[in-house]
Amino acid sequence: MTVHNLYIFDRNGSCLYYNEWNRKKQAGISKDEEFKLMYGMLFSIRSFVSKMSPLDMYPSQARPVSACLPVCLSACLCLSACLCLPPCQSVVLSSLSVLRKEGFMSFQTSKYRLHYYETPSGLRFVMNTDLSVPNARETLQHIYSSLYVEYIVKNPVCVLGQSLDSELFSSRLDSFIRGLPFYSPRAA
Amino acid sequence: MKRLCLQNKNSELFTLTYGALVTQLCKDYENDEEVNKQLDKMGYNIGVRLIEDFLARSSIGRCQDFRETADVIAKVAFKMYLGITPSVTNWSPAGDEFSLILENNPLVDFVELPDNHSTLVYSSLLCGVLRGALEMVQMAVDVRFAQDTLRGDSVTEIRMKFIKRIEENLPAGDE
Repeated sequence: MTVHNLYIFDRNGSCLYYNEWNRKKQAGISKDEEFKLMYGMLFSIRSFVSKMSPLDMYPSQARPVSACLPVCLSACLCLSACLCLPPCQSVVLSSLSVLRKEGFMSFQTSKYRLHYYETPSGLRFVMNTDLSVPNARETLQHIYSSLYVEYIVKNPVCVLGQSLDSELFSSRLDSFIRGLPFYSPRAA
Repeated sequence: MKRLCLQNKNSELFTLTYGALVTQLCKDYENDEEVNKQLDKMGYNIGVRLIEDFLARSSIGRCQDFRETADVIAKVAFKMYLGITPSVTNWSPAGDEFSLILENNPLVDFVELPDNHSTLVYSSLLCGVLRGALEMVQMAVDVRFAQDTLRGDSVTEIRMKFIKRIEENLPAGDE
């Protein structure tokens, strides 16, 4: 049970923050390239998911909480070095609460799951965890509201849109991640 | 002259702080237009951060259209930050412009504009805040005061016009 890494992007594609906890394999490219690749891919997935959705993504009435729409993503998983799952196993989109349009939320491979959360202000949170974590949306929302907003937005010294260099934010985020119920580094 | 205030101490301090800010700006710039501009600029800087706090606390998702935006601004945002709920009226036929009517404006409690500051738009900060906040959620808007109780009108009216949607831009790709 673990969290591998976390990226925070702003609406322009700059990676504001990155940290890893249990990453066993690097991507083999420079960090800058990795961030660009991650952001670009997510941008494409979001528009793909919305375009190819067989249902109306903007419901005018409430939908049941756990309606899930399996969407084939195996083509988009060519990024991952791991085995691609059979198409119907990539559950990426579900209409959650009343009157919200959520779009892309996560993808999984046979080894890890990537969770995505985007605020209406364009901030994107991406977290890779192992498969034991079905939904990290609330975790990412908490990181946004209780950590990002509190320690970065409310700090006049922190310039928005630039790399987050607040020590307080980093250390609080680190403690938060390590304190998550699904975080427990496997013994090497 | 101070009048009895029934709101809690926080809002009194806020009103007095804002008043002190405007007074200082007037001394520094000696020109109402310049003060209006500075207030708007400050408001903008507040707005671009305030939106994050608002989104975090209200958990509101993206609005579908400008009408929904207007409702959220009036019923959720104003309530959350200023404790008032302005009414949304005077929609233009194209649906791209509306008015927020504020029966009372907490910023102007205890305030009277002296005659030599007749062009001062005292609550300019609010225009900047709205503009900055909406820009962060991809909306370019124009915000101005159409009526102001400080200048003798019966209500305070903020007019908001939708200019355009700010598109997401893809980061520069590799060659």
